[in-house]
Amino acid sequence: MTDTSFTSEAALKRLKKRRGKEWRFRIWGRAAIGFALAALAWLLISIVGTGYTAFQQNFMTLEFELSESVLAPDGTRDPEKLRGANYRRIVQTTMYELFPEVTDRKAKQELFGLTSASGATNKLRQMVYNNPELIGQTINVTVPASDQIDQLLKGYIKRDTDESRRKVSDQQIAWADTLKERGVIKKKFNRILFMNPDSRDPELAGIASAVIGSVMILVVAFVLAFPIGVGAAIYLDEFAPKNKFTDFIEININNLAAVPSIVFGLLGLAVFLNFMGMPRSIPLVGGMVLALRVFPTITIATRSALQGVSPSIVDGALSLGASHTQAVFQQKLPLAGPGILTGSIIGMAQALGETAPLLMIGMVAFVTEVPNSITEPATALPVQIFLWSDSAERAWAERTSAAIIVLLVVLITMNGFAIWLRNRLEQRR
Amino acid sequence: MGQISIYMMLLIAVLTIGGFVYNRSSALGKFRAARAAAGGKMAPLAWHSQASYHGYFTAWLVALSTLAVFIVGRVINGQGMVFNGLWLAAIILTGLAVTIITGRKVSGTFRARTYVERFIHGLLICLSVIAVLTTLGIIASLLFESLRFFREVPFMDFLFGLQWSPQTAMRADQVGQSGSFGAIPVFAGTFLIMLVAMAIAGPVGLMIAIYLTEYASAGVRKWVKPAIEILAGVPTVVYGFFALLTFAPFVRSFAETLGFSVPTQSAIAAGVVMGVMIIPFVSSLSSDVINSVPQTLRDGSYALGATESETMKQVVFTAALPGIIGAFMLAISRAIGETMIVYMAAGKAANLTANPFEAVTTVTVQIVALLTGDSDFDSAKTLVAFALGLVLFVITLILNVVALTVVRRYRAKY
Repeated sequence: MTDTSFTSEAALKRLKKRRGKEWRFRIWGRAAIGFALAALAWLLISIVGTGYTAFQQNFMTLEFELSESVLAPDGTRDPEKLRGANYRRIVQTTMYELFPEVTDRKAKQELFGLTSASGATNKLRQMVYNNPELIGQTINVTVPASDQIDQLLKGYIKRDTDESRRKVSDQQIAWADTLKERGVIKKKFNRILFMNPDSRDPELAGIASAVIGSVMILVVAFVLAFPIGVGAAIYLDEFAPKNKFTDFIEININNLAAVPSIVFGLLGLAVFLNFMGMPRSIPLVGGMVLALRVFPTITIATRSALQGVSPSIVDGALSLGASHTQAVFQQKLPLAGPGILTGSIIGMAQALGETAPLLMIGMVAFVTEVPNSITEPATALPVQIFLWSDSAERAWAERTSAAIIVLLVVLITMNGFAIWLRNRLEQRR
Repeated sequence: MGQISIYMMLLIAVLTIGGFVYNRSSALGKFRAARAAAGGKMAPLAWHSQASYHGYFTAWLVALSTLAVFIVGRVINGQGMVFNGLWLAAIILTGLAVTIITGRKVSGTFRARTYVERFIHGLLICLSVIAVLTTLGIIASLLFESLRFFREVPFMDFLFGLQWSPQTAMRADQVGQSGSFGAIPVFAGTFLIMLVAMAIAGPVGLMIAIYLTEYASAGVRKWVKPAIEILAGVPTVVYGFFALLTFAPFVRSFAETLGFSVPTQSAIAAGVVMGVMIIPFVSSLSSDVINSVPQTLRDGSYALGATESETMKQVVFTAALPGIIGAFMLAISRAIGETMIVYMAAGKAANLTANPFEAVTTVTVQIVALLTGDSDFDSAKTLVAFALGLVLFVITLILNVVALTVVRRYRAKY
């Protein structure tokens, strides 16, 4: 017969083994949490680490002589001619004067490559176009350095690699260092990132058009999704008869919340673009697609908010002679307000991060202008991130990460605001 | 929408608000007059609706009728939107006429509130039906385009073919030729990445749920839970960029130190990052499920001398199993439908392989690859994307509906 007493050697051994198992189980739990938190930390550190330097950029303050002989050789101030004038020559002259000893053609080209060619010419063109009086004067203008020089001075292009394996020559490095010492090149806050639309040149690319596009998309999505989401929730929770059709609607909404977002993109492509013939790439269509994507989220949040309101509120209203509709709209709905608002903000945050459906309706266009209305081609912030991520150059990776930082800050603010709002309004109740 | 449409809409809004204000005040006036005539005291039910309900009644009739006139005018006008005095006059006259006619109906016995509430009711039904219409729209558009595709490529060749190269099938002499639209490699790639993702998200998410619901102190939970929820709030394009920029190179160099080579785009890189993305999804669904297991079951187990982990594994887990399976199914549906991570990190070449260290492609990747860029909508190349979308929708639909039913039944049980 085996010894069954609790203090026998075998029992103590079993107990030890069981306690060991218990301990290991807890370690597994902690390890799982540790894994998730480590993944989050790695994600954030890798993106912030790559992107934070993009908020500053190297600019050159140069003296440009806007000579009349180059810009307006015939002496006229015709705006169209001024637009087409040879600003490149002006920039070249200025750059060559920085190091007058350079005479070789190839070296001159490299010298010119220190500045952002299109950045400088566009800026001069804009200034002269706006104020033709400037012709003949010598002005100090700050223009961005080229992306390679910017990356070099930020330390991302290794100076000790072989010259043939980097895009910046030894000569350019020497010039850049000299200019930095002379104070011509300075690192400043990168306004371009926030004020410019997209560009082919990384040093000139910004997120302005994407941000405006995203805001437009969100406004359209909210205007459509909020009434649909809240209305459907009120109907299902308060007025719907308990029958098969109501069940069907309910299953539908719950399923829609879990349908892959790309399917909504296919819906938008087939219905809004192909069937209804709306233009591609416009925020109106993007907002409509995302409204369909997020209204189930708002409905689910609203329903749980409505269910959280004490039934005594409605009973009280009914007993005072209010109709059912009055009781719901005037008593129950305001009390469910914080929950509805929180759900809506979370739904909008979801819409802001959505990329795949927007790709389907053609929002991958290269948009170099800030859109003025919801029917003009635009892009959205996540799509801009996607487009930039395609370019392998270091300067683009930096910009992409910076755009991601902006997106994440907005998302965290939205979610944080939602939680804060809920806590605050719940306390007051 | 042209400028004129916007002005017309503004006009309609003004007429609507005007109708509301006019009839509300007219109802108030009549009410006061009636009260004065009755000597300042009225019988309790002599006046049915509040004045504002008379206003609302007018307002929605005005809005509907003027909108109808607007739409009729637009249809008659056609696409060339020109300013039309007759059109404008018709809208204004309709608005004013409706306001005056409904204004005459204002009386103590007119049940404006009942009509307004009926209207609200109808509006709410319409809003709910949009959910159904969305689903129908999805099914109709996917089916319609897919059927056009299956007219060119046999259904069986698509579903069971082993060769996937729709881009090469673009050449005129190859259109409709079988053998280029076999989707098995694409399905296999999707399945492989889903397995990798679930191998990460399943155990990790479940253990997090168990630890947070059963072991963690309130203080730990207060900080860890939101931190893990941040993972759910990060947009997928950000995960994709992380996979592309950081994780895939890491996997590659790690594999190189072990002595074998992995391409930059691989199932493992996309799958692991996707797994991390799904962790909060699994953990929050599972903790809901675990939380709803009644405490009495746990207490019974403790009373028999079981340790916490034994209770968890043998009692709570068993009781929660249907719900946990439901949660996993929802997570799988999510993994299959995820687009950006795989598009950026898994690759576009269709390899039929079970090796996660190779590049594979997925259903969603192919949809994006086929439909972005210049698309001409009559070629099999673009239509096949809708066929893939249909398969994706059907599979996720089945997973979602089964999972939601299982979870709901499970909740009802406890």
